[in-house]
Amino acid sequence: MTLDDTDSAGTSGAAGGGPVDASVEPTRALTRSRLVVRRFLRNRLALVGLVVIALLYVLAFASPMFAPWTHAQQDYTAFLRPPGGSHWFGTTQIGEDVFAQTMRGLQKSLTIGLLVGVISTAMAALVGATAGYFGGWVDRVLMWLVDLLLVLPSFLIISIASPAFRGRSWLLFVVLLALFGWMMTARIVRGMTMTLREREFVKAARFMGQSPLRIIVRHIVPNMASLLIIDATINVGAAVLAETGLSYFGFGVQPPDVSLGTLIAAGTRSALTFPWLFLFAGGFLVVTVLSVNWVGDGLRDALDPTSTRARRRERRRRRVDAGPTTPTTQSAPTTQSASTAPSASTPSIGSSHRPQSTDDGSAG
Amino acid sequence: MAGFLLRRLANYVVLCLVATFLAFTLASLTFDPLAKLNERNPPPPASVIEAKRRDLRLDEPVPQRFVAWMSGVARGDFGNTATDQPITAELGRRVGVSLRLFLIGTLLGVTLGVLVGVVSAVRQYRFGDYFATLFSFLVLSTPVFLIGTLLKFGALRLNQGFGFTVLYFTGEADPSFQGGWAAALLDRLRHLVLPTLAIALHQIAFYSRYQRSAMLDVLGSDFLRTAQAKGLTRRRALFRHGLRTALIPMATLFAFSFGLLITGGVFTERIFGWFGMGDWLVYGVEQQDTNIVATVTLFVAVLVLVSGWLSDVLYAALDPRVRV
Repeated sequence: MTLDDTDSAGTSGAAGGGPVDASVEPTRALTRSRLVVRRFLRNRLALVGLVVIALLYVLAFASPMFAPWTHAQQDYTAFLRPPGGSHWFGTTQIGEDVFAQTMRGLQKSLTIGLLVGVISTAMAALVGATAGYFGGWVDRVLMWLVDLLLVLPSFLIISIASPAFRGRSWLLFVVLLALFGWMMTARIVRGMTMTLREREFVKAARFMGQSPLRIIVRHIVPNMASLLIIDATINVGAAVLAETGLSYFGFGVQPPDVSLGTLIAAGTRSALTFPWLFLFAGGFLVVTVLSVNWVGDGLRDALDPTSTRARRRERRRRRVDAGPTTPTTQSAPTTQSASTAPSASTPSIGSSHRPQSTDDGSAG
Repeated sequence: MAGFLLRRLANYVVLCLVATFLAFTLASLTFDPLAKLNERNPPPPASVIEAKRRDLRLDEPVPQRFVAWMSGVARGDFGNTATDQPITAELGRRVGVSLRLFLIGTLLGVTLGVLVGVVSAVRQYRFGDYFATLFSFLVLSTPVFLIGTLLKFGALRLNQGFGFTVLYFTGEADPSFQGGWAAALLDRLRHLVLPTLAIALHQIAFYSRYQRSAMLDVLGSDFLRTAQAKGLTRRRALFRHGLRTALIPMATLFAFSFGLLITGGVFTERIFGWFGMGDWLVYGVEQQDTNIVATVTLFVAVLVLVSGWLSDVLYAALDPRVRV
C-alpha cells in the first residue's frame, strides 16, 4: 500500500513514472504540449499501441519490397501449404502467398480506417458545432437527423447501398463509411459548443461582426481540439471494424482490391481445416484495432486529465490519504476538485497559478 | 411522466416510418430487380420482362411504391419476394429466430456486463479488474465475425476432445430431430450456446467498461459515505444507493448500443447458419430484393424503437427527477 501511495501521489496521469520525473526538470518552461507529450509517454499501453501502429504501417507498405512473393504471383508447386519455407504465412487454394495477400489487405484497411476516421470526425465537428452554435430549429433538425441515423444502423444503409458502388473505386466506399460514422461525436461536439457559445471570446468575436462560419471554424472548433483528436483516433478503430465487417459480406471493398475483411471472409470458408487462411489476417486486424484503442485511451488521459482515468487515480489517492495516514502524506483538502489533477503531478505550474493545490508537499 | 413517455413514443414512431421510407427509397434506387431476368440465357421474351416490371411497379415513382407497400403492411401483407414467395409466410419464423438470439444475448450481456463492471470498480486495480479490462479491450477490438469463427473453431476442438458432438455450430435446431420435448429443448440449447455467446461477449465487454466508469464516479461520492455513516453496511450502501445511481447512464447507453447489437446479430446468424432476420437482410441485398430489405429495416427500426422506449422507461424508473 505504501508503494501504491507514493506512486499515485506523484503522478496523476498514468502508472509508472514515479514522483521523481515530475520535479526532474523544473527549470525548463512547461508548455501545454510538452505536458501532454510527457503524460502520453508515461502511459505504457498507449506508447506500445503507437509503436505497433507505426510498425504496422511500415510493414504493410514496405514488405512488398523484400517479401519473396508478390500478391499477384501464384506458386503452382504449393497449394494450401501451411506456414513455412518461403511462404511465411502459407499459401491459398490457388497457390497465392498468404503473407503478400495479408499485407495488401492491411494496406487497404489501414488507409480506409485513417481516411474515414479523419473525414467523419471533421464532419462531426462541423455538424455538431453548427447545431450547438445556432440552436433553435437548426439544432432540432440536425439532432433529429442524428437520431434517425442512430435508428438505422449504418451497416444496414451501406449494405443496401452497396450495389451502387459495385465495380467502382473504393474511395466511394470511404465516403459512405464517413457519411454514416459521425453521429456519436457530433452529439458530444454539440454539447460542448453550447457551453463555448457563452464564453467571452466567442461573444467578442460575434460583437465584432464576424460571420458564424468564421466563428465556428476559428474559435469554436480549435477549442475542442483535444476532444476531436481523441475521437478521431477512436473513429479510426471503429472505421476499420466497420470496413472489415462490410467487406466480409462483399458489401465493402470490391475485387480486385482486397482488405482484411475480404481475406477473412475468403479464409473462413475452410477455416476449420486450414486455419492459416484466416488466422493471420484476423490477428493483424485485432492487433490494429487494439493498438488504435490503446492510443485513443492514452490520448484521452494525456489531453484531458479531468476525464475518467486520471480523475479516478486522483480520487483513489484521496481515499488512500483519508485512510490510515503514513507519515509522509498530509490529508488532502476535501474541496479539491478533479481539475487540479495535473497540477498535483507538476509542482512547477501548480505553484505558479493554481493556488488551490496545497498538497504538493506530499508529492515531493 | 405518462406525457413524457407518450411524447417519446410518438417521436419514435415517426422516426421509424421515416427510416423505413429511406431504406425503401435507397433500395429502390440502387437495386436492379430485373437484372436476374435479363441475364438469363436464352433471354426471356420482352413480354415476360414487361410483365415482371409491371408486377414490381417499377414504372411508378418511388414514393407511390412505398405507399402501396406500406398500406399492404398495415393489412399484414409485406409483399412478395423476387421469387414470388409471400414474405409474410416466412416473417414470423424468422422474427422468432432472431428475437430468441437477441433477447437471450442481450439479457445475458447486460446482466453480466453490469456485474463485471461493478465488481471491477469495487475491486479496482486488483487482479480481477485488470483481467476484466484486458478482456473487454480484446473483445471490443475483435469483430463479431472473428469471434464467431473462433468459437466455431473452439467448439470443433471441444467436440473432438469429447469424441461426440457437444455443441452444434450450424443451424438453430436439428432438422432430423425426433424425441420428447425435454430432448428437443436440450437440442435447441446445444445449438443456442455458441451464437448467444458470440453476441453476449461483445455486450459484456461493452457494458462492463461503461458500468465500471459510472460506478467509480459514484464510489467517491458524498452520498455513499453518508449512507455508510448513518449505519448501512458497505454492501448495502453500494447496492441500494451506489448501483442505482450508476445504472442511470446505462439506460441511455442501452438505446444507443442496440444498433451495434443488430449488426452483430447479422454476422452471428450468417456464421452459425441461423435463418433469422439478419440472414435475410444479407440474402435480400444479394438478391437485390427491395421488399425483403424494407421488411428487415422495419423490423430493425421497431426493435430500436422498443429499446429506445424501454430505456426511457428505465430512465424514469431509476431517476426520480424525470418523473415530474
